[in-house]
Amino acid sequence: MTGDILIFGEIRDGELKKVAKELVYGAKTIAAGTGGSVDALLVGTGAEAEAAKLAGLGVRKIAIVDDEATARYSSEGYATVLADMVKEGDYGYVLIGATAMGRDLGARAVAKVDGVMFSDCIELGFEDGTCIARRPVYSGKLYVEIAPLGGRPVFITIRPNNMPPAEETGDGGEVAARGSGIDLAAIRAIATEIVPLAGGRPDVTEADVIISGGRAMKDVSNFKILEDLADLLGGAVGASRAAVDAGFAEQPLQVGQTGKVVNPKLYIACGISGAIQHLAGMRTSKVIVAINKDPNAPIFEKAHYGIVGDLFEVVPVLTEEIKKIL
Amino acid sequence: MKIIVLLKRVPDSEAKILINQEGTGIREDGIKFIINTYDEYAIEEGLLMKEKVGGDSKVTVVCMGPDEATEVIRTALAMGADDAVHISDDALSYPGPFTSATVLAKAIGDEGFDIIFCGKQAIDDDMAQVHCILAEMLDIPQVSVAIAFELSEDAAKATVGRRIEGGDERVETSLPVIVSCDKGLNDPRYASLPGIMKAKKKEIKNKNLADLGFSEVPGGGRSRILKWLPLPKGGECRMVEAEETSDAVRELVRLLREEAKVI
Repeated sequence: MTGDILIFGEIRDGELKKVAKELVYGAKTIAAGTGGSVDALLVGTGAEAEAAKLAGLGVRKIAIVDDEATARYSSEGYATVLADMVKEGDYGYVLIGATAMGRDLGARAVAKVDGVMFSDCIELGFEDGTCIARRPVYSGKLYVEIAPLGGRPVFITIRPNNMPPAEETGDGGEVAARGSGIDLAAIRAIATEIVPLAGGRPDVTEADVIISGGRAMKDVSNFKILEDLADLLGGAVGASRAAVDAGFAEQPLQVGQTGKVVNPKLYIACGISGAIQHLAGMRTSKVIVAINKDPNAPIFEKAHYGIVGDLFEVVPVLTEEIKKIL
Repeated sequence: MKIIVLLKRVPDSEAKILINQEGTGIREDGIKFIINTYDEYAIEEGLLMKEKVGGDSKVTVVCMGPDEATEVIRTALAMGADDAVHISDDALSYPGPFTSATVLAKAIGDEGFDIIFCGKQAIDDDMAQVHCILAEMLDIPQVSVAIAFELSEDAAKATVGRRIEGGDERVETSLPVIVSCDKGLNDPRYASLPGIMKAKKKEIKNKNLADLGFSEVPGGGRSRILKWLPLPKGGECRMVEAEETSDAVRELVRLLREEAKVI
């Protein structure tokens, strides 16, 4: 096994997910320790055009797989493409975004190469000849630092928005297309269509700004004031479990232990008290603002800025004030 | 139809989790343990499939965990599962995903199956790997993070909605298949009193590694945890106060722009 690192660049809707550049950054951390090179694999429709986004970042080779068998996502197909590439290149490390696709295909591919996988990592290091990954456990209530015991490929999925994108070095990025080698007829489970979320806003896991509402929103129609602020900032609308369970918001918006783990630059919690399972999902947000009537609400212990007040008064004024400066 | 539901016993989502004195894991004293939150959706979906298909359909719960896990198995049986396999062995105290998948693959293979339902991840180690590794080992397709599941009339195929970033992906799959379940798939039922009474008489097959044909822990030796770390302490919250709401909000906007530089 070599000290080379392969990153899997995810293509969705013909576009390379931005986490790919963060994976290159993480891969370089490992490469600095192993002395290996960083290569990339892009699979799916539009992969070739998107490869340009990884040019000049110090990625040695970018392999493109875009044929009939990879036009639609399948765990089996994509995992086979990845595993074949890992075997062929004898890669010691594989970095994948911790996304719906990455988690699904990564664990299947790691089984194919009998490796080891660390999921949802947020930091990478390299010490004493081994890679060390930091990852949250117990839904973000603790962290562990975990290291491979050696002798097999190490797969690491990395949460988006945790590492900076790799810096331009001006070199690398040689693109080479290859066939998937997959028989489409042999794939037993395949994606047939994607139904986008209503509202056209970014997903909470990918947004830079999230405006979240809790039980204090009182009604589904009141989410309009959060939507206005979110749209102004190009952000997503989120919700606490209490708000989702009360029927004020749809489940895909739920942030927390039984919802999504988010990591935006700005998280504004409106009328959210801060139950432990909610905090687990949003505590790594860069800047947290809490707006709550109750000055003793636990959310203020995790927030960077707080306003004690009625969200129905504060949020519309906030929207107006931000409009003035944008 | 033979339906398998995988079950894990985990600390309650509301529990405060602390590192033990030796720094080798968590303090388990005083913690309430529950059925892994997402596994409840798996149990419910298994029961719904059994009711839909009828005939001699059967739901078998397979749980790997300490002796105390009997309690969560009984809960699943009280909800309506027919029987259970409980794999318990002192050597399996902290199994990694490959160990779990290898052991489960053997136990499930022994039982036979048409569909396997499990939670999208366990809320303790949060790896979300076992079902994928298991799928590869059993050579069946997988669908992760399901929020909709519809079986075809002939029960040979299924259409599964799975949650992805910004939408839902529809997946067509043949059976047998393993499906990991998310909140939103269904509304898990509560165990009824008669259900609880009946559960006491339902069979739980207890198996250890030797019973499953393993002479040692399979799939191990892949990684080690170097350190357990508490979360960094949050900073002080800066409370923005003013007599008028508008003044407080203006100050907040200034801070977000000039100090935090996020807008």
